[in-house]
Amino acid sequence: MENGYRLELRNISKSFGEVQSLRNVDFKLGQNEVVGLLGDNGAGKSTLIKIITGYHHPTEGEIFFNGQKIDHLTVPKARDLGVETVYQERALAELQTLWRNIFVGRELTNAMGFMKVKEMKAETNRLMLESMGFTSMAVSPDSIIKTFSGGEKQGVAIVRALYFDAEIIILDEPTMGLSLKETRKLLNFVRDIKAAGKSAVFIDHNIFHVYSVADRVVVLDRGKVAGEFMTADITLEALMEKMYRVAETGSFD
Amino acid sequence: MSSTAEKSGAEQSLQQPREKLTFTRFLRAYGTQLGILTVFAAMWIFFIVAAPTTFLAPQIYLAFMSTIPFFAIVALPLTMLVIAGEMDLSFPSLMAIGMVAFVTVFNATGSVLLSLLAGLVTGFLAGLMNGVIVVGIGIPSLVVTIGTQFFWRGAVLVLLGGKGSTLVETRETFIHSLLVGKLWGIPMQMIWLVVIAIGTWVLLNRHRFGANIFVIGDNKQTAELMGINTARTRTLMFGLVGLAAAFGGILASLQVSFFWPSLGDGYLLRTLAAVFLGGTSVFGGVGTILGTFIGAFIIGAIEAAIVAIGLTGFWTQLIYGLIIILSVSMHAILRKRIG
Repeated sequence: MENGYRLELRNISKSFGEVQSLRNVDFKLGQNEVVGLLGDNGAGKSTLIKIITGYHHPTEGEIFFNGQKIDHLTVPKARDLGVETVYQERALAELQTLWRNIFVGRELTNAMGFMKVKEMKAETNRLMLESMGFTSMAVSPDSIIKTFSGGEKQGVAIVRALYFDAEIIILDEPTMGLSLKETRKLLNFVRDIKAAGKSAVFIDHNIFHVYSVADRVVVLDRGKVAGEFMTADITLEALMEKMYRVAETGSFD
Repeated sequence: MSSTAEKSGAEQSLQQPREKLTFTRFLRAYGTQLGILTVFAAMWIFFIVAAPTTFLAPQIYLAFMSTIPFFAIVALPLTMLVIAGEMDLSFPSLMAIGMVAFVTVFNATGSVLLSLLAGLVTGFLAGLMNGVIVVGIGIPSLVVTIGTQFFWRGAVLVLLGGKGSTLVETRETFIHSLLVGKLWGIPMQMIWLVVIAIGTWVLLNRHRFGANIFVIGDNKQTAELMGINTARTRTLMFGLVGLAAAFGGILASLQVSFFWPSLGDGYLLRTLAAVFLGGTSVFGGVGTILGTFIGAFIIGAIEAAIVAIGLTGFWTQLIYGLIIILSVSMHAILRKRIG
């Protein structure tokens, strides 16, 4: 913990064939900090978070967790380091049951890999009642995800991220397709992450949402960090003004 | 399977709608399996009415238990492969190439045990090769396995000069009676089928490997985002189908004490029909072992029924083809409805 950052990316570049989607990006996430990631479509937000989650591997650059350099970050390794993600596409297996989706990729098993199905169903049932707010009797751990509403699906994705004791929670466009009420619930949930002493990266198109929950805002533009601001030091109007300028000219000034 | 989920309702007071919901939930969860059981019962009754002398005599059921396992044993892991969103059309040739290894080792050493192991290992490796090509190079499995089907069939013919091989000397050995002998009058291959059915059920429904299979077939990107090694899982699944194909081929050959280079040729259609009739979705993500198990017996019985009812054997292909088309279409329609 020499430098005190929960997560630090240094000089990260990523290209897919000819397309360079990230160029020399530096990104830091402090202990108990919520960072909002803003940027237009194609700015590299999703690529950046998929590097943090170990799904993509950077072409260049270094990744540090709690000051320790991590080589060859993979999805399971990132999870072990406490990174949990609520993906834009929600990453649910729609034809499968609720309990299978909660535990996908890390089922409770014995040493031989045989699953403890009863325990997982009981755990899912508890999470449903306590955290997901499913009171509808039509939903059980054996319900198929496909039958759920958009908000319910998002609830599943969020509860899944929280269940496994995350230290860093990444939310990729979590408000997409949610109703107003569901959105408000989600923003409160991000505040709860902060109150629980954890860190989060919050990605959203909606500048109002990001401004209202983030401690710091990082603006990406065409694969580069265009600038960053502490939300305490800048008004929403000033931030919006700057965002427009970036979109038009590629710089803040 | 289990009813641990029922606890949640205890605190909730409205009982009447809950009953209904539990029933529909039950239907949704086990609908396809109930469906296949209904089809099974209906066809059985139809066969008995249509050809009572055949279908009321015990001999026909002993015959089923003797011949159906040869392809049903392949249909079970094939079900898992189809659930994972892949397909294997090469297994008939893998049945034969496994037997080439068996015959070669048997002629060289005279040991049935070594021959058995050589056959199984060869089938497993040939199956893995399918997986490596599909996953590593990224070609649809349907195309790859059409290619390997011809490749391995060709290899069988080239290696043995197109000739068959007698297996009469394997009789009287312990392994022969262990594989295709009889236990209390029941053919051993039937017992192997039941053992493998239980094994694949456990692997699919109670093991992490099977959980990964379901997610991969459902949504491969989700599987990858959730850290599942989709390449390794799929490759291994192709290997398991190859292993089962070799085993089925060995059983079928030992049963008749002869290896025909055309071994497996007639099994493609009926094995696929068993899988799809059993309710496994051609789109992946959905399927059951029980469905395939029963599907295999329906398919096997149809052939006997066609002859018993008095139609010629020419009808079998037509009817198998029809069953594949109907069951796949029915699943596609149901899937749209539920969504």
